[in-house]
Amino acid sequence: MLNITMKINGKAVSGTVEGRTLLVEFLRNDLHLTGTHVGCDTSQCGACTIHVNGIAVKSCSMFAVEADGASIDTIEGQENTDGSLNKIQQAFQDHHGLQCGFCTPGMVMAAADLLQNTPTPTEAEIRNHLDGNICRCTGYHNIVKAIMAASGQDVSAIAAE
Amino acid sequence: MPKDSGIGTSPKRREDIRFLTGNGKYTDDINLTGQSHAVFARSDVAHGKINHIDISAAETMPGVLAIFTGEDFADVGGNPAGWLINSRDGEPMKEPKRPVLAYGKVRHVGDAYAAVIAETVLQAQDAVEAIKADITELPAIVDMEAALAGGGFVHDEIETNQCFDWGWIEDNRAATDAAIKAAPHVTTLSLVNNRLVPNAMESRASTADYDRGTGDYTLYTTSQNPHLTRLLVCAFVLGIPENKLRVVSPDVGGGFGSKIYHYGEEALVLAAAKKLCRPVKWTASRSESFLTDAHGRDHVTKIELACEKDGTFIAFRTDTMANVGAYLSNFSTVTPTFLHGTLMAGNYTVPNVYVNVKAVFTNTAPVDAYRGAGRPEATYSLERVIDKCARELALDPIELRRKNFIKPDQFPYASAAGLEYDAGNYDALFDKLEGIVDFGGFKARRAESEKGGKLRGLGINSYIEACGIAPSNLVGILGARVGLYDAATVRVNATGNISVMVGAHSHGQGHATVFPQVVSEMLGVEENSIEIVHGDTSKIPFGMGSYGSRSLAVCGSAVVRATEKIINKATKIAAHMLEASESDIDFKDGKFSVSGTDKSVAFGEVAFKAYVPHDYPHDELEPGLEETAFYDPANFTYPSGAYACEVEVDPETGKVTVESFTAVDDFGNVINPMIVTGQVHGGIGQGIGQALLENCTYDENGQLLSASYMDYAMPRASDLPFYTVDHSCVTPCTHNPLGVKGCGEAGAIGSPPTIVNAVVDALHSGGHTHVTHIDMPVSPARVWSAINS
Repeated sequence: MLNITMKINGKAVSGTVEGRTLLVEFLRNDLHLTGTHVGCDTSQCGACTIHVNGIAVKSCSMFAVEADGASIDTIEGQENTDGSLNKIQQAFQDHHGLQCGFCTPGMVMAAADLLQNTPTPTEAEIRNHLDGNICRCTGYHNIVKAIMAASGQDVSAIAAE
Repeated sequence: MPKDSGIGTSPKRREDIRFLTGNGKYTDDINLTGQSHAVFARSDVAHGKINHIDISAAETMPGVLAIFTGEDFADVGGNPAGWLINSRDGEPMKEPKRPVLAYGKVRHVGDAYAAVIAETVLQAQDAVEAIKADITELPAIVDMEAALAGGGFVHDEIETNQCFDWGWIEDNRAATDAAIKAAPHVTTLSLVNNRLVPNAMESRASTADYDRGTGDYTLYTTSQNPHLTRLLVCAFVLGIPENKLRVVSPDVGGGFGSKIYHYGEEALVLAAAKKLCRPVKWTASRSESFLTDAHGRDHVTKIELACEKDGTFIAFRTDTMANVGAYLSNFSTVTPTFLHGTLMAGNYTVPNVYVNVKAVFTNTAPVDAYRGAGRPEATYSLERVIDKCARELALDPIELRRKNFIKPDQFPYASAAGLEYDAGNYDALFDKLEGIVDFGGFKARRAESEKGGKLRGLGINSYIEACGIAPSNLVGILGARVGLYDAATVRVNATGNISVMVGAHSHGQGHATVFPQVVSEMLGVEENSIEIVHGDTSKIPFGMGSYGSRSLAVCGSAVVRATEKIINKATKIAAHMLEASESDIDFKDGKFSVSGTDKSVAFGEVAFKAYVPHDYPHDELEPGLEETAFYDPANFTYPSGAYACEVEVDPETGKVTVESFTAVDDFGNVINPMIVTGQVHGGIGQGIGQALLENCTYDENGQLLSASYMDYAMPRASDLPFYTVDHSCVTPCTHNPLGVKGCGEAGAIGSPPTIVNAVVDALHSGGHTHVTHIDMPVSPARVWSAINS
């Protein structure tokens, strides 16, 4: 068993894990941060996307020990300091960018990563960036629209509510 | 002035807040004190005789608490099929037992034959590895035609691989045969409706708890219908008294049909929890989901369309083999029969329809209802053969459909396939489609594509489906073993806010937002003071859950009926408070007033009076303000639509790109346009997935080749376009109080033939006129091969 320490959503945490414990398992099972989801076992679906040292990472593709000393952001720490939804979260609600909600945390974290590096992405850039995030409910229309809106673009011309 | 709340508006979804902040509560998010973990030993062969399962080494592994094998459940009941289908000769279908764990034989890759319960998941996994299963592999029965030819049986005791041979409508068979024989033109098409994996993003999970003191069980599980699960577990499988099992289905991460059914893992964790007196948790890996969730579609069909030379339809005749897999899942027998065959008249005035379906057991995972469930198969067959017919007769595909449409003044219309359509206007849908899509500009767009070396195709399609499932009297005659009503309880609390307990269960459809819109409209109270309670059999009335686009049409109708009862009782209380006759009380905008006076009481005051019944007519009225209604629909509802899309095909690679997609649907009245639009988007996404990408494939040994997201092509954001969606053509349902029809499955029903019609159109424009059909998924390899065949 190994002792690890990291900063999660700005708060120092520590734990004891087996070498084979995945980072997502540490988050969900040890820390009870269940907002980060597991949707597959081949690192394809992106439901477990978090930020490690500011970069989007699928937390099923890292061992917890590899995150020792890292600074981690999860969906639980994305709201504004006053508790309101941040602009990406708000855009997802405004544009009905989620249905069952299971892929949503990963989508929000992936979108945040995109907008950090590409503040005004095109539709194609958004679709390409979401290649590692699968949604089965929305057909992606409203997710793409929400991310465009979150980046400050006028989405009123994009069809439908 | 446009309304800003209630029916017809699009309030933001209240459930989104918790999902967007990581506060959703899905089954795997629940951890119980002292819980242990189950891991299943699953067959790695498709068909095998179990000689012996040696658990001796596994039992001694660290952390192991118990091991179960099929023998432990040999004496309990089987997981039943929900519908009894009779064959054409009157014989009932073959119903081999579906056990909790396989014994005697394993029948598909992934079939569980043992389960280990251990302190941790990893310990349980390690112990599963130590189980020694002596299984003699038998030849796998995978191909349906070969299965029907015999030579080996999935279930030896029934001595056939045919579950049933169903005819609909058998009395129409001779007339349909004769009409086709005499017809001036017959178009014939053989096609495959490809097998799909539903792939809800949340995999299945079940955690059971047992209270030794009371004998009460609790099952937390990923279910679209907790009461149905409880009924199946209690009445058919384990024999637990219904009132000793509470089934809780918290947030559900998508279902698309796959979470309707009861699965053996639920029974296993319940039995294990009782044996150990400890909670037992199981969560499927994605690989387990691919291997064991009920799959969808998998039809092999030959369809014939007989018509006059001018295109007037005379008859449709369909021969289908439907794969039911290794065991009968709960809706597996109704999906390829009544949910498919009864729709084989489409939107048309065709006089003769006959459908034959042979259901076939194979050594593959069970196949059951998946988004659309039978209606996508019907629509695909019909609309592909109609498109082929239009090409053969050199008729415009829209004009051919219009020529045969049931006209608005013909409703209610008794279809040749045995349904009574209550309302619709199919010409209006095409009028709207032609208003939205620039058909006139298609030629120029095609020319532009050709300049870039691409072929451009235009596909159009119409559909009708039957949902709002279903009138119990009718389905009882047709073989259903349950009723298909739903239920709601409206509880007005003493302080005036309202709890609405519903039998429907959202797995993404936004019930927590939509049902309050209905109640708010009726009671004139703020939507935000109304809360929906669902997904817990200890809190809600007995309802049948969410599938078949039924939540609003059936459960929403129950909500209306219960709310009407609330208004009736509240009116009596108000009459007493206002010292007026009940007949003089008007209820409007949340206020009861005496007609012709300025005397009134607010709804909240009446609610308070009901719970603090001082000065109350106790001899006439009970205290309290809570009402329950069960609603059983009088008929199915019949959404319909007209779809169009344009695709580009790269003749060099065979790659198909969807350039535009337009869906015009008639859902009857719409309660929340935003959510309805989202439902259509999602359905189209899955339909395009079926048409272009997805294919669940077994090899000849019954090994699942597409068992992960690296092998099964799920639609990604870059595979799909923006869609144009319209639902302004409204013919309200005539028999439910909201006039609603249901919208959850339409997109998945209407879109596959639209895409394939467009691809064939594109190839013809490039001179590849020998290509009359390509089976789904219309992958680059298949398109390239078709072009170069």
